[in-house]
Amino acid sequence: MNRSIKYSIFLYATAVLVTLFTLLPLVWIFLMSISSPHDLTKAPLEWIPSEFDFSRYGRLVDLDNGSGERFLSALRNSLMTAGGATFIALLVAVPAAYAFSRRNASMALLFAFLATIMMPPITYILPLYDIFSQFGMLNSTTTLIIVYSAMLLPFATWLMKSNIDVLPVEVEHAAFMEGASTLFTLRRVVLPLARPAIAATAILSFLVAWDEFFYALIFTNDLTAKTLSVAIADFSAGRVTDYGVVAAVGVLATLPPAFLAICFQKFIVSGLVAGSVKG
Amino acid sequence: MFGQRQKREKWFLLAPAMMLLALITLLPLVKTLWLSFTDARITALETTVQFIGIENYRYALTDTEFLDAIGRTLYFTFVSVGLEGFLGVGIALLLNQKFRGCFILRAVIILPWAVPTIVNAVAWRMIYHPEYGALNSMLFQLGFIDNYRSWIGDPATAMNMVILADVWKNFPLIVYVTLAALQTIPGDLLKAAAVEGAGAIKRFRSIVLPWIVGPLLVVMVLRTIEAFRVFDIVYVMTRGGPADSTKTASFYVYQEYFSYLRSGSGASYAVLVAGISAVLILAYYSGARRQNAGTRA
Repeated sequence: MNRSIKYSIFLYATAVLVTLFTLLPLVWIFLMSISSPHDLTKAPLEWIPSEFDFSRYGRLVDLDNGSGERFLSALRNSLMTAGGATFIALLVAVPAAYAFSRRNASMALLFAFLATIMMPPITYILPLYDIFSQFGMLNSTTTLIIVYSAMLLPFATWLMKSNIDVLPVEVEHAAFMEGASTLFTLRRVVLPLARPAIAATAILSFLVAWDEFFYALIFTNDLTAKTLSVAIADFSAGRVTDYGVVAAVGVLATLPPAFLAICFQKFIVSGLVAGSVKG
Repeated sequence: MFGQRQKREKWFLLAPAMMLLALITLLPLVKTLWLSFTDARITALETTVQFIGIENYRYALTDTEFLDAIGRTLYFTFVSVGLEGFLGVGIALLLNQKFRGCFILRAVIILPWAVPTIVNAVAWRMIYHPEYGALNSMLFQLGFIDNYRSWIGDPATAMNMVILADVWKNFPLIVYVTLAALQTIPGDLLKAAAVEGAGAIKRFRSIVLPWIVGPLLVVMVLRTIEAFRVFDIVYVMTRGGPADSTKTASFYVYQEYFSYLRSGSGASYAVLVAGISAVLILAYYSGARRQNAGTRA
């Protein structure tokens, strides 16, 4: 390893630039959330807060406070929607993935599955809106769970399929010889082996659902079903009196996905790489 | 090996998935297609819906505002994805080197990707704020600008500012895909080339680039498909303004539906947008297929 000094300087300088580009916006939003409103309305800005003010976070998790109620109900709706949709998507995706992996279901069908979620949601939105309003299902977490399940399903199926592909097939053959039904084999033989794959698929699905905005914007209209994405768009729309509150909501909404992304980075990155490169 | 019984069972295993997708995607798609040939409107009154043939399409294809929106969307898509590709490959090359802290940087790069799209949009809108924004303050204090600017309030800069926000969130995906490809290059190959006197640039062009170009193209087409449906970030940052300068195709259809309540004509716009997406999706599959055939060979 003999590198010229020039090369080292170049390397570290670029690394510093990349770090700044990646982290500065995040650091700034966090600083905004703990700066006093006075510091945030100076021009030019006070970069380092004159005092650290965490009171906005306290107000956001306080139910008896207007913005607290908005935030907490949105948090609850997001957790239920993303969690419920992830669960249903996996429940439906695992048998489908097994059919693609072990029962010779046509790959063209899997491509068709994937094509459905690559289409712009604007293609589906109006008929969906009509159907749900006819059945009185607008503004409901259940509706979002159904739509999100369909949105998560193709990718979950694809990811599970490629993971089941590499499991040893011999045990399944043995189970078949013993007369085990397919569902039994799936539950008792395949699922235990596929646990890491299921975890990875669940995390990625949850993150996608957590991030969704368009369907939630159209289908929900008050605290009973609005998710965090929609609530944050609301918080920041119109006349904002304190940008620090908006920043604090943003920080809180980013914490769960950021936590998952850092803790399960290997899972997520390999899922992303596989999911975006192989077709 | 498996019996006839199991072969038939595949349809039972697939049934729930197919039903869910038929209900939530296929049916609405067909309905949208049908609507696009009618003069339907969104209204509380009972009205008769007339079948008007290709009238909506004839109008849409001569509607300069719509065609402008498509053009803007293509600009957003190609500039965003192009910059993400450029940055992504550059940063992946950097992270593929050994230096102090490279593992930390590799872990940290995922953070922008983890920021929810809406939070990202809101955060950048605050950063671009004409009076209190961090960008103005920073550029002013560094002496790059003399006066604060309205970055997303000015039609000349708004779209590029939206693009910057989008690039910041999405470049990590390209970094990780490229990095994964870079790590499969046999070190001997590069060493041999170096021994034979190939410089860094020559090695990049003749070994590294051909090695990573397959996966890179595939992920960039995937990002292209995603970027083309852009709505969220525009909705939060600019609502399509100022002076329509950031009004993208999805946003245009959204307004046709939910502001002007014209479901028939909106549907024809939606079908045209979906048609362009379909072309991109087909390109993705043929690329991904070739890529997989390549890695298996």
